[in-house]
Amino acid sequence: MANTATLPPAPASAPGDERIGRRSPIQKFLGRPEVGALVGAVVLFIFFASVSPTFTQPNALATILYGSSTIGIMAVGVSLLMIGGEFDLSTGVAVISSALTASLFSWNFSLNAWVGVVLALVVSLGIGFVNGWILVKTKLPSFIVTLATFLMLTGLNLALTRLIGGSVSSPSISKLDGFDSAHAVFASSISIGGVEVKITVFFWIILVAIASWVLLRTKVGNWIFAVGGDANAARAVGVPVTKTKIGLFMAVGFCGWILGMHNLFAFDAVQSGEGVGNEFLYIIAAVIGGCLLTGGYGSAVGGAIGAFIFGMANKGIVYAQWNPDWFKFFLGLMLLLATIVNLIVKRRAELK
Amino acid sequence: MNAKQIDQQTLLKDEKDPLTHTPVHLLSLEGVGKHYGNIIALRDVTMAVDNGRVTCVLGDNGAGKSTLIKIIAGLHQHDEGVLHVMGDARKFNSPRDALDAGIATVYQDLAVVPLMPIWRNFFLGSELTTGWGPFKSMDVQKMKDITLKELAQMGIDLRDVEQPIGQLSGGERQCVAIARAVYFGAKVLILDEPTAALGVKQSGVVLRYILQARDRGLGVIFITHNPHHAFPVGDRFLLLKRGKSIGYYDKKDITLDELTAQMAGGAELAELAHELEQLGGHTEALKEVQAEVAGVAEAADVADVADASRENSPRHA
Ligand SMILES: Nc1ncnc2c1ncn2[C@@H]1O[C@H](COP(=O)(O)OP(=O)(O)O)[C@@H](O)[C@H]1O
Ligand SMILES: [Mg+2]
Repeated sequence: MANTATLPPAPASAPGDERIGRRSPIQKFLGRPEVGALVGAVVLFIFFASVSPTFTQPNALATILYGSSTIGIMAVGVSLLMIGGEFDLSTGVAVISSALTASLFSWNFSLNAWVGVVLALVVSLGIGFVNGWILVKTKLPSFIVTLATFLMLTGLNLALTRLIGGSVSSPSISKLDGFDSAHAVFASSISIGGVEVKITVFFWIILVAIASWVLLRTKVGNWIFAVGGDANAARAVGVPVTKTKIGLFMAVGFCGWILGMHNLFAFDAVQSGEGVGNEFLYIIAAVIGGCLLTGGYGSAVGGAIGAFIFGMANKGIVYAQWNPDWFKFFLGLMLLLATIVNLIVKRRAELK
Repeated sequence: MNAKQIDQQTLLKDEKDPLTHTPVHLLSLEGVGKHYGNIIALRDVTMAVDNGRVTCVLGDNGAGKSTLIKIIAGLHQHDEGVLHVMGDARKFNSPRDALDAGIATVYQDLAVVPLMPIWRNFFLGSELTTGWGPFKSMDVQKMKDITLKELAQMGIDLRDVEQPIGQLSGGERQCVAIARAVYFGAKVLILDEPTAALGVKQSGVVLRYILQARDRGLGVIFITHNPHHAFPVGDRFLLLKRGKSIGYYDKKDITLDELTAQMAGGAELAELAHELEQLGGHTEALKEVQAEVAGVAEAADVADVADASRENSPRHA
C-alpha cells in the first residue's frame, strides 16, 4: 500500500475524473500567489530599462536592490503576518523605536553599542509580543490594536528622545565602543565583481529564504496559513492559534529590529519623527506580492517581489530623470494593477 | 413517554455495558449542563458512548446539540454534571485536550481551512515531521501519500491533493474530516449535523462513512435533526429539546415512527394549527399542519400499541 499508484480506483469516483481534468504545470504556476507581482515586476523592469539606459547598469541595480531591501526586510514579516490574518500599523515607527532604544540607551550610559543593540532586540520583540498579546486577549481587530501602538510609539519616540537626548534627533553614537563592528554587521557593503552591494540586500534574501521555508515546509507554516484562513477551524484541530499569532507579531518585531539597526548604524543617529507612513509601504509590498488582506493566502517571495517593484519604481523615476513627485502615483497604480492581475489570475486558475 | 427509555441506573453505574460488555463507557455524560451568561443552553443531559456504537443526538435548531458536542470536544466547559472518559471524570480546557483523549470532532461549520490544500488540511495540527531541532521540517511527500491513501480507502479518489479543500463538495469535505479523525486514531468521533447541508445521495455517502467508522471500532456521536438519517445508523438515541433531554432510547426499544413523532412534537404542531386557524386565510397551510398533527398522533398511538405488545410478548427479553 506504500505505492499509492497501485491503489484500485474507487468505483464511485472513477467516472468523475474527467470532470477534474489535469492541471498543466503552467496552470499550477499561474495559481501561485506571487504571479501577478512577477508579471508586474517584469513589465516595470522592461519599461524602465527601455526609457533609461542607466537603469540596467550594475551600480544602479545595486542601488535599486538596496532600496528594495529596506522595504523588503519588513515586507517579509508583514507578509507572514498578513497570511496569518493580521495586520500591523505600528511597524514603521517600531523600526525607529528600535533604533532609538539602541542609540539612546548606549549613549546615555556610555555603554558598548552592542548592549544597545541587544536591548533594542528585546524591545522590538517585546512590542511584537504586546501587540499580539493584546490582540488575542481582547479579540479586538488588529487594525485598532496596532493603530493604538502606532500612536503610542510615535509619541514615545519623540518624547523620550527629547527627554534623554535633548533634541528631535538622537545624539551621535559614532564614538562609542562597538560602533564600528556594529556598523560592519548592519550597514556595510559587500563587493561583488566590483559592485558594492549593501549588506541589507543579503539580510533580505536570507530572510525571504527562511520565511519561505518556514511557510512551505514546516508545521509552523501550516499553522500560519490555517490561523489566517480560519482561526476557529485551526483551533478546533489543535493548532496553537494564540501562540502562532503572537509569534507572527514578534517575527515582525525581529524584522523591524534588523532594519532599525541598519538605519542607526548606516549613520550614527536617528530622527525621532521618522518612520510614520512606512507601515503602508510594507503592507503595499505584501499586497502587491499576492497576500490576501483577509489572510490565509500569500507567500514570502511575493512580498519580496512587491518590495522589488517598489524599489524599481522609486529609483527608476530618478534614473529616467522624471520628477519624483510621480512616485506615489506610480506606486498606487502598481498596487491597483498588481492586485487586479492577482485576482484575475487566481480566479482563472481556480476555475480550471 | 411511549417508548421504553434506557434505564440510566444500569447504564451508568460503571457496570458492564449490556451492549458491549466493556466494563466502562468510552465516554459518558451525567447530568451535564451549560449556560452562556444567563442563557441556559443545556441542562441535565445524560448519555453514553461505546466502542463500535453510534449514539445519535437529535433535536431541532437551538436544542443545544452543538453546545453538547462543544463540551465534549473541549471548546466549552460544562457548568454542571460530570463528563467521564474511560471512567475518569474530565473537563477539557482546549480542543487539544480532547484530541489527546482520543475525541475527534467534525464540526457543522467544518473544521477545514478552505484555501489550504487538502493534504495540509488533513494533517493540520498533527503534521508529520522529519529532522531535528530548528531544522525540523514537514515530511511533505509522506503526508501527501497518506492523504491520498486514506481518502482512497474511503472511496474518494483524488487526482490532486494540492487542490484547495474549498473546491471539494460538502460531502467530500465531510469525508476528508472523517478520514482525518479515523486516521489519527480517534476513539470517539463526533459529527455535528454532517448531513444537514447535503443532498440525498451525498447524505447516504456520509451515513456509510459513519457505519465504516463504527465498524472500525470507534464510538460515534452523530448529531442530526433528521430522524430518517439517525434511525438506520444509530444504536442509541438522545432527544434534546430546548436544552433538555426529552428521551434516551436504545434502538431495540423504539421505532422510526416513534422517533419521528417525538421529534416533531405533536403538541406544538397542534398549537400551530390553532394559531393558523385564528389568523384565518391560510387554509392551505392549515390543512397541511392538521394532516401532520393527525400523522403524528397516529404514529404515537401505533408506538403505544407496539410498546404495549412488546412489553407483553415473550419475544421481548
Ligand atoms: N456562544 C453562545 N452564546 C450565547 N448563546 C449561545 C451560544 N451558543 C449557543 N447559544 C444558544 O444556546 C442554544 C443552543 O444552541 P446550539 O447548541 O447551537 O443548538 P443546535 O446546535 O441544537 O441548533 C441556542 O438557543 C443558542 O442561541
Ligand atoms: Mg448546531
